[in-house]
Amino acid sequence: MSTQAVEEETEAMTFREAVRAAMREEMHRDDGVFLMGEDVGTFGGVFQVSQGLLEEFGEERIRDTPISEAGFVGAGVGASATGMRPVVEVMFSDFLGVPAEQILNQMAKMRYMFGGKIDMPLTIRTTEGGGQRAASQHSGTIHTWFAHFPGIKAVAPGTPRAAKGILKSAIRSDDPVMVFENKVIYEMEGEVPTDEDYTIPIGEASVEREGEDVTVVATQRMVGESLDLAEELDGDVSVEVIDPISLYPLDHETIVESVEKTGRLVVADESPLSYGTHAEIAMRTMENAFFSLDAPIQRVGVADVHVPFSPTLEDEVVPHADDVRAAIERIV
Amino acid sequence: MPSIDIESTDGRIEALRRMLTIREFDDTAGELFADGEIPGFVHLYIGEEAVAVGACSALEEEDYISSTHRGHGHSIAKGLDPDLMMAELFGKTEGYCNGKGGSMHIADVDANMLGANGIVGAGPPIATGAALSIEMKGEDRVALAFLGDGAVAQGQVHEAINLASTWELPAVFVIENNQYGEGTPVEKQHHVQNLSEQAEAYEIPGVTVDGMDVTAVYEAVSEARERARNGDGPTIVEAETYRYRGHFEGDQQLYRDEEEIDRWREDDAIESFRERLVERGDLTQDEFEEMRSEVESQIAEAVEHARDAPAPDPDEAYEDMFDEPAPEIAQFAHRLETDGGHNGGN
Repeated sequence: MSTQAVEEETEAMTFREAVRAAMREEMHRDDGVFLMGEDVGTFGGVFQVSQGLLEEFGEERIRDTPISEAGFVGAGVGASATGMRPVVEVMFSDFLGVPAEQILNQMAKMRYMFGGKIDMPLTIRTTEGGGQRAASQHSGTIHTWFAHFPGIKAVAPGTPRAAKGILKSAIRSDDPVMVFENKVIYEMEGEVPTDEDYTIPIGEASVEREGEDVTVVATQRMVGESLDLAEELDGDVSVEVIDPISLYPLDHETIVESVEKTGRLVVADESPLSYGTHAEIAMRTMENAFFSLDAPIQRVGVADVHVPFSPTLEDEVVPHADDVRAAIERIV
Repeated sequence: MPSIDIESTDGRIEALRRMLTIREFDDTAGELFADGEIPGFVHLYIGEEAVAVGACSALEEEDYISSTHRGHGHSIAKGLDPDLMMAELFGKTEGYCNGKGGSMHIADVDANMLGANGIVGAGPPIATGAALSIEMKGEDRVALAFLGDGAVAQGQVHEAINLASTWELPAVFVIENNQYGEGTPVEKQHHVQNLSEQAEAYEIPGVTVDGMDVTAVYEAVSEARERARNGDGPTIVEAETYRYRGHFEGDQQLYRDEEEIDRWREDDAIESFRERLVERGDLTQDEFEEMRSEVESQIAEAVEHARDAPAPDPDEAYEDMFDEPAPEIAQFAHRLETDGGHNGGN
């Protein structure tokens, strides 16, 4: 990590508050920053993330939009191309199919197609994850699509600290960044630096816990659950937990360094397993640390089904710490 | 390029020159494509020149436009340099997009031209966003989206116009109705008679004008621009026009016959405007011939220049993805070209 843990002033806050603080600070810092999306203003965001921002910044900069993702994501692209720094909220990542054209063919390609002659300082925030009995169209974890697609930086923080630091970097970046927030951990608490210039560079992973026997690369909700599991296993198995924070670009060096020490890797990410984020992390590890591996890489995710409604079914499908535990037990 | 006063003699002559330049550019591009010198897909603007020139002549330099896959006319009318456009068509580093865009992606952000676009209907949301920027910064300028009749059926076009109308943004939507969406006639794609009637759904003005008459387009867009600048929101201007060439070069055009093309050619925008100017005494036939030969040499020089310009170094393919490069790109490119650091490590 780029930051010094010593002497750093922090404050306990929730993941939700960390996201809000990042937007708030960046809006104070730069007049070009504004937020738009469905119900981000009066409503305060469907998960209350932007609560209070309308009162502080007014309707001009906290813009409620029609239910019109292609329109307002496209407007975000146009505003970014002409000198603004929009933060566009897409309420659920499942809705990203609607503005996909503007994201994939415009936002992601404009700089390259135009020979590098345009900046695209657009941040798209969206929510992911199961666990709320919200069924298949409001529970998906689809960050892999966008991490895979060239021209997009994709980040998926797992702690309040990471949420604040990476969102601030996203807003300051002249590249398009998609921020995937797991909605189940908005209440997660953690220490967050108060320094308004505290950022986490895009493409820098965080070693959240050091260990000797196995490396767990976990994203989003799986970070917290893996840390708790590591505590539980302490004494039996020494678990190192890494939050990559950025999926693309991916800081595989930090992961490789860890695997060179532990010789074992578990990748825990709530997305479907085939052709996924897990596969990419595993492959990078194989490319760079093949002879350090003492056991097959294990992956924890969703077994290629959608997130179902019934609690019995959803609990079966969505991965949890016990799945990470089982993966560790298979190789340690 | 600054706006021109089409009510003045100089303005009319300049408008004629811009139309001629577009036609010469695209005639030449069509020949070069047929000869195999220009690769890829080429969509020519021939026949529709009065729309781009009429609309862009009503704009100031600082106004934004978004364009379409048929964007050469908009680019020239907006003041882009035919040399750099031609170089782009040839895929040369010197081109507007360093050879990465080609015909369908010519852009010049410095000239407030936000890009041609390979996706039908993708420009209007971008123009709406530019209009949002203008509004938020309190600037005195407008954003104009060119879109084809085919794009009117696209969902995101509705979303863009609805958003611009609801927020009363300084936007203008110019529908170039060239009678065909790809190879299907407009009446098989829309239920309304005039596409501008859709404006009623947004409670904004909508007008249909003769898109073969550069002054008619100019007047309608001038009015729309004024309205946008005054904070009264967007206008839809539909210009009835016709493309003489296929949807793309190589299109066999089984959907129409020569007679139909000839009928439209009788109202050719350049010919009729030339006649008018000669009649009024704005310029003589000799002066027109001189203008034509100047334009021909200008485009011929652009071709020579583009032909001689160096092709990109292959390694440039790995540049321009990001402001802050992703290390992956260089690492993967390196790995693909070498033994990949066999045994791990790069």
